[in-house]
Amino acid sequence: MSRKLLLANDHIPGIQSYEVYRSNGGYRSVEKALKTMSPDDVVEEVKKSGLRGRGGAGFPTGMKWSFLAKPEGVPRYLVCNADESEPGTFKDRYLMEHIPHILVEGMITSSFALGANTSYIYIRGEYFYVARIVEKAIAEAYANGWLGKNILGTGFNHDMYVQVGGGAYICGEETALLESLEGKRGNPRIKPPFPAIAGLYGCPTVVNNVETIAAVVPIVNDGGDEYAKIGIGRSTGTKLISASGNINKPGVYEIELGVPVEEFIFSDQYCGGIANGKRMKACVPGGSSVPILPDYLVCKTAAGEDRLMTYESLSDGGFATGSMLGSGGFIVYDENQCIVRNTWNFSRFYHHESCGQCSPCREGTGWMERVLHRLEKGMGNMSDIDLLVEVAKKIEGNTICPLGDAAAWPVAAAVRHFRHEFEHHVLHPDKVKDPKHGHREPIMPVKPQPVTA
Amino acid sequence: MAAPTQGTREFNPEVRGKIRFSDEALQTIEALMKRYPEGKHKSALLPVLHVAQAEADGWLSAEVMDYVAELMKISSIEVFEVASFYSMYNLKPVGKCVLEVCRTSSCWTRGAEDIVDYIGKKLNIREGETTPDGMFTLKTVECLGSCGSAPMLQCGAEYHENLTENRVDALLDRLRTEGKRKSYTDLDFQNTK
Ligand SMILES: Cc1cc2nc3c(=O)[nH]c(=O)nc-3n(C[C@H](O)[C@H](O)[C@H](O)COP(=O)(O)O)c2cc1C
Ligand code: FES
Repeated sequence: MSRKLLLANDHIPGIQSYEVYRSNGGYRSVEKALKTMSPDDVVEEVKKSGLRGRGGAGFPTGMKWSFLAKPEGVPRYLVCNADESEPGTFKDRYLMEHIPHILVEGMITSSFALGANTSYIYIRGEYFYVARIVEKAIAEAYANGWLGKNILGTGFNHDMYVQVGGGAYICGEETALLESLEGKRGNPRIKPPFPAIAGLYGCPTVVNNVETIAAVVPIVNDGGDEYAKIGIGRSTGTKLISASGNINKPGVYEIELGVPVEEFIFSDQYCGGIANGKRMKACVPGGSSVPILPDYLVCKTAAGEDRLMTYESLSDGGFATGSMLGSGGFIVYDENQCIVRNTWNFSRFYHHESCGQCSPCREGTGWMERVLHRLEKGMGNMSDIDLLVEVAKKIEGNTICPLGDAAAWPVAAAVRHFRHEFEHHVLHPDKVKDPKHGHREPIMPVKPQPVTA
Repeated sequence: MAAPTQGTREFNPEVRGKIRFSDEALQTIEALMKRYPEGKHKSALLPVLHVAQAEADGWLSAEVMDYVAELMKISSIEVFEVASFYSMYNLKPVGKCVLEVCRTSSCWTRGAEDIVDYIGKKLNIREGETTPDGMFTLKTVECLGSCGSAPMLQCGAEYHENLTENRVDALLDRLRTEGKRKSYTDLDFQNTK
């Protein structure tokens, strides 16, 4: 049984409420940090833990915190990124809905470490009901003396607010989030300066994902070294994985980093195998932005080693034969799913969500969507397939924020691994005329597995 | 990003001056603006627009946006550029219950299109349309963070997951019986998992 740190108390009835949360050891990290540690001690523990940002990029959190500028007399801010809009990702919602106090607790402890007297939790607008739950938890924390002035008599003041967004994936990008929090359109800023120097209202700011902040709680409680014992290499601790698609048991699972992918997909403890007795065709292991993997590269790397749920193992082989852990949005596709159709679906998403600032992304995402749509409908030709790769290349690396890359990678990877399926669409337009092909019956059998050394 | 030319900016002087939000809404807006440091109250714009939309029959007309600008002491264009960027603000009239069905990959692989078709047939409307009685609008939207309980739809603050035709029937019946406008800001909501 995998160890659980964030969802350990998930099964306790009423854990949403302050009383139950507190009586199960809640808010200990705040007591410990404020009464027995200096802010730098807390940062040190987080560094030792090896915790890496859970929002997608996997940047070491302790290092990010130590970059925070501390000019005299300028306020600092902690902003929690609860925008969670990456298709396939729903772990932050689960955590906030079921154990809202762990986020509030983590925010207080982290704010203490950063010397921030104000923090904001930016929740995507669609999660309005979740925002209500978090707001209630904040009110309970105020009522019990964990927020406000002179917390625990230590002289530390802190105010925390929830901000709801307006519906825009791009606001998950940290500088777009800050723009949005200032009441503007979510256009990402040019970096540098990084938020650690000039963030919210031009003040030094740390932006962290919900799960990252929640992980600070067990790190402070048990010590960074203890946390670092879980996992493999530079992938320490536990990770929430949002599992969806054609599996028997979709849901949010807390895993110790290092679980084999095969076990994660097929064991009853996690996804419980492919639904309806079908075969797996492909898997997107880290949210829509990461490259898709064909079945034979999901459980094994190209070198024939077991693939593990870690940052390193999932990216083994680079983009040629690997992918990324990303935000942990784990989507599995069975043999009936049409890759062309699915790639079109993703590219429609990115076209819809591009903020429009940079031409390569604004125009390129629409172009890819149109080409994919034509291929999907059986109206494309062979040159369209290379055109897709071409357009993807022109977007990648040429935009202010990584949304461009996120739009380009899945398309490039789909063509790389499933070119035969794109060709099938060109060669057999009659077979893809049915608007729901690849939905109920196989568009093409799963490609036979190449023998790996 | 919402299509920038979704709504109209035509100004109707007849309406201007007649708009007034309820006292409760005005108090909420006051309180929202106090959450930010001195001089940074523009930060409240997104949450305030949600309150405004709930007050104004579910959509933001040019007049409502001007009124919000007055309330917040910012310019009208600042309100419009935000309202037109985010997908949750309607710049055209909508039905009392906007059914927003997720159309992204995980929901698609589990039959989201069938749900859209089913609702469309049942209500005799197409995507983007509103029933003649003004009760329902059918929309498709991008991933709502319920991929593990697909297919799903959102209506106001409510999440309805693991949809089947029967569940859709039950939901539409309930919404029709209640007959109330559903807003994101509603405090009472019944999610179905
Ligand atoms: C287009 C785009 C969307 C993003 N969406 C999210 C998101 O929804 N949630 C999130 O935590 N991070 C998201 N990120 C990553 C953030 O920019 C940032 O790296 C993260 O919030 C940092 O927190 P962490 O270090 O705790 O992961 C997104 C990035 C990009 C480029
Ligand atoms: S794909 Fe539908 S909720 Fe995520």
